Amino acid sequence: MGTIRKNRNFHQARWDEPFIMDMGNPGERGIIISEVEEGAQSDVASLIPAGFARKTPPKLPELGQMQVLRHYLRLSQETIGADLNIDIGLGTCTMKYSPKINEQFVRSSKVNALHPYQDESTVQGMLEIIYNTTEYLKEISGLDDFSLQPAGGSQAIYANVAVIRAYHEERGEGEQRNEIITTMLSHPGNPGAAATHGYKVITLMPGKDGHPDLDALKAVLSERTAALLITNPEDTGIFNPQIREFTDAVHAVGGLCCYDQANLNGLFCLTRAKEAGFDMCHYNLHKSFSSPHGCQGPGAGAQGVVKKLAKYLPSPMVRYDGQKYYLEEGGPASLGKLRKFYGVPAVVVRAYAFIRSLGQEGLKQVAELSILNNNYMLEKLLKIKGLTMPYADGVRRLEQARLSWQEMTDETGVTTDDICRRIVDYGFQDYFTSHHPRVIPEPFTPEPVESYSRDDIDEYVAAFESIARECRENPELVKTAPHKAALATQIDEDGINNIKRFATTLRAFRKYVEKEA
Amino acid sequence: MAGRGRPWLNVKRILFENASLLYGTKRAEPGFAVRTSETMERRINVDDNFVHPYMPNSAPLTRKAMLDFLGVSSVEDLYRERINGPLRFDGRMNLPEPILGEHDLKKHVMGILNTNTTCEEYDSFLGAGCYNHHVPAICDEVNSRSEFLTGYCGDTYSDHGKMQAIFEFTSMMGELVDMDVVSYTNYDASQAVSSSLRMAMRVLVAEGHTDRTRFLLPATMHPEVLAQVREYCGPVASIELVGYDKASGLMDLADLRGKLDEGGVAAVFYENPSYLGFFETRAREIANLAHGAGALVVAQPEVSSLGVIESPANYGADIVCGEIQPLGMHMQYGGGCAGFMAAPYEEKYIQQFPTYMYGITTTQNKGEYGWGRALNYRCSHGSRENGNEYFGTETGLWGITAGVYLALMGPEGMRELGEHILQKCAYAIKVLSGVPGIRANRFGGANFQEFVVTFDGKRVADVNAALLAEGIFGGKDLCADFPELGESALYCVTETTSRAQIDRLGAALKKIMGGR
Repeated sequence: MGTIRKNRNFHQARWDEPFIMDMGNPGERGIIISEVEEGAQSDVASLIPAGFARKTPPKLPELGQMQVLRHYLRLSQETIGADLNIDIGLGTCTMKYSPKINEQFVRSSKVNALHPYQDESTVQGMLEIIYNTTEYLKEISGLDDFSLQPAGGSQAIYANVAVIRAYHEERGEGEQRNEIITTMLSHPGNPGAAATHGYKVITLMPGKDGHPDLDALKAVLSERTAALLITNPEDTGIFNPQIREFTDAVHAVGGLCCYDQANLNGLFCLTRAKEAGFDMCHYNLHKSFSSPHGCQGPGAGAQGVVKKLAKYLPSPMVRYDGQKYYLEEGGPASLGKLRKFYGVPAVVVRAYAFIRSLGQEGLKQVAELSILNNNYMLEKLLKIKGLTMPYADGVRRLEQARLSWQEMTDETGVTTDDICRRIVDYGFQDYFTSHHPRVIPEPFTPEPVESYSRDDIDEYVAAFESIARECRENPELVKTAPHKAALATQIDEDGINNIKRFATTLRAFRKYVEKEA
Repeated sequence: MAGRGRPWLNVKRILFENASLLYGTKRAEPGFAVRTSETMERRINVDDNFVHPYMPNSAPLTRKAMLDFLGVSSVEDLYRERINGPLRFDGRMNLPEPILGEHDLKKHVMGILNTNTTCEEYDSFLGAGCYNHHVPAICDEVNSRSEFLTGYCGDTYSDHGKMQAIFEFTSMMGELVDMDVVSYTNYDASQAVSSSLRMAMRVLVAEGHTDRTRFLLPATMHPEVLAQVREYCGPVASIELVGYDKASGLMDLADLRGKLDEGGVAAVFYENPSYLGFFETRAREIANLAHGAGALVVAQPEVSSLGVIESPANYGADIVCGEIQPLGMHMQYGGGCAGFMAAPYEEKYIQQFPTYMYGITTTQNKGEYGWGRALNYRCSHGSRENGNEYFGTETGLWGITAGVYLALMGPEGMRELGEHILQKCAYAIKVLSGVPGIRANRFGGANFQEFVVTFDGKRVADVNAALLAEGIFGGKDLCADFPELGESALYCVTETTSRAQIDRLGAALKKIMGGR
């Protein structure tokens, strides 16, 4: 075993940076825009229509370039990115390593300086990568066609819902099939996207096995069923072995089945959407296929469908005629546009490089090592008294698990939110508890993806062992955490929950909130 | 590689049997490390693991120790009980062999990408919703930082700096558009426009106006944005286009008035400048007409103009939204796009925003601030299907980057940017006006950044092909989207377009048009 630090006595940088809007002085400059060359100049006032000249310049800061850089570097130091910590805590987010070589690809001018309307002959490389990535995803899913236009996972879910509507409408059942079934432990993007597209949402709760019950599904199926949107495994990490029976039952009433595979990490090359009977699936390319998450994007979604649904995919599609790659406009059935241009090609380039660096055997290893890491971690974590794994006792989890600190809370009064703040003092990202509502009490959802070493996992577990001791010996220490983070006092939650104190801009805060206070 | 005993070690029996399948499909590709039969044999014989630098526990000893700890002999023992029978996939996928050496991977991927020709290599006059502005070095420096690049949804306590950076972005956007409420980023401007329209509708519904189900949009707007509005708003509203004056391009106010008089309009949308480059100089009248009919006004300004041009917030717009790609993002083949939404500080608007809002709040220390996801019940992450629309991982890194850009630019930088573009655009129109057979600036009015060029007796496709041969990306062909404009193209210049490039374009077009 390599050397690990069980307690690093970590302390995050704390710079107490002012708001950048308050920094600098009039006349200081961060950058200068090129002057218009002689002979090309004109009187600006004459070029602005009457009444449209800006009367008051925008109140942006005025400060030197180094000062701007320093400010943002300091803010970066008050942020824990996945590169800097053992980011096992953000379960369901698949915080894997994003290879730096892939970053070099997308930051080269050969990607950065491409305009989306360039002549196709000048972007053959980009189109080749998009095309080949869709070909690989067809293999990985077993489905027949893919669009990489969705700009994120939830937009891919939305795109699948749009296909569901188009399919039923074309069959004259658009009005009748107005219900979409999803599960409580699927991502809120599923009910959210279904409702956005006007569907009534039916939500299945987890059954005694930790996954939805087949009979519960059958009880809500009818001629009104448009589709099932389901994740497997859900946030619990429990793979539903009856998934094929689920899709068969939905098909039996004429509905479609859509697999939320935002997180494919525990399934790569072990089981596919096709064999589970799905008509559609989606992948978050920034998760399973490795792109840095960028403080919430840009990501990319891949929308996969079976043949009969391919005509509904967004426009355009990238095709290959044996000699050249080209953009093909969608036909009359296409759902049209989801996002300007072609989605987020840089994420596709990274996904392409990730697949190429691994091949099938490597991708299978991704799944196997995610499962191995998770089970290894759980075996250790669950030795901590006060931490339990609800549902399906004795059933192995795949790549993640939803745990509960309820017993710890009962015993010590320390909650998962307290522990989530305290873990930051150990140099880790705060962890993902659960989406709302919290079906499992005092939740904690770790996901030790394939990037983490055994030593990493041991260090991560050791931090929770230490916090568990603190919960019993010095609960106040945990309840008042964090102590060593950049922000080492707790916020007044009322300020973000009370609309009377709401502000997302400094001007609103000063005008309306501080003034009131 | 195998000689160093690293990769490709674990090949299970089934793969051993299928070795010819596995290795038999080598493709001769540039930079691809082709395996010899000798190395393959060695790899297969060294049974155990596929060791990969992205997966430390693929090391055989570690992996075995972990399996031993769990008391199982293979990982399959951990999932066999759940994934089996027809669900279990055990076939070969038609995927290429892995490229294990980093250098080989670089050669392979860059080999493909290098076949692209960029807007640095050719002179580009393409805009149409994605712009070739200068990206300050600091923008790339900051968004390359691992902390921001690989951060995600860490919150108040782990990512205090990120939260502040987001708040500074929304605060500076608030200054740029002169509005008090700005949300975190959207997927792109199309999403921002679509969500702003639905938000306007919800505002009215909440006031009891459930009969307002029509959106009026300008017929001159960006076709891709329109296509997305149709897709996204179609389930809840009817999308209707307001005609335009054929001479000036401006919105046809008589048509607008007529459509408003029919009743049921929730929102009127316009772009200023329009997709076709001209200023919508009657925007105030549009707002007055809309408000007079009880509808809200949603407007998209061009953010790079706002150092010199008034924000629509100050001439009647209720919701201001749009694209932030010009603020420090590379074009990235369209991937640099990101949207924003802004509204006045009124509860009726705040309640209807669909995405995360990072709200500021006080802490236990006087003078110290923290942030959190505010009023989360509004959105699908707080209320699932009962929230306002859906959202997900959108474009956070671009929001932070736009904040860096605005901080660097300051009011002077934004003024210089706007003034430069206005002048360059006027110069380009002047140069192209000197080309026979071309109607530069077809609509004749004041423009920002873009203008419609109509060709007499030549097809745009042919003109662009001829320009391409000269190393020039001509303007966006408008023929498919605006057939009524004849053979027309949308030309774009920014502060990165040099006078020399415009002169060269003029000369090339003279040559091309001379041969008509």
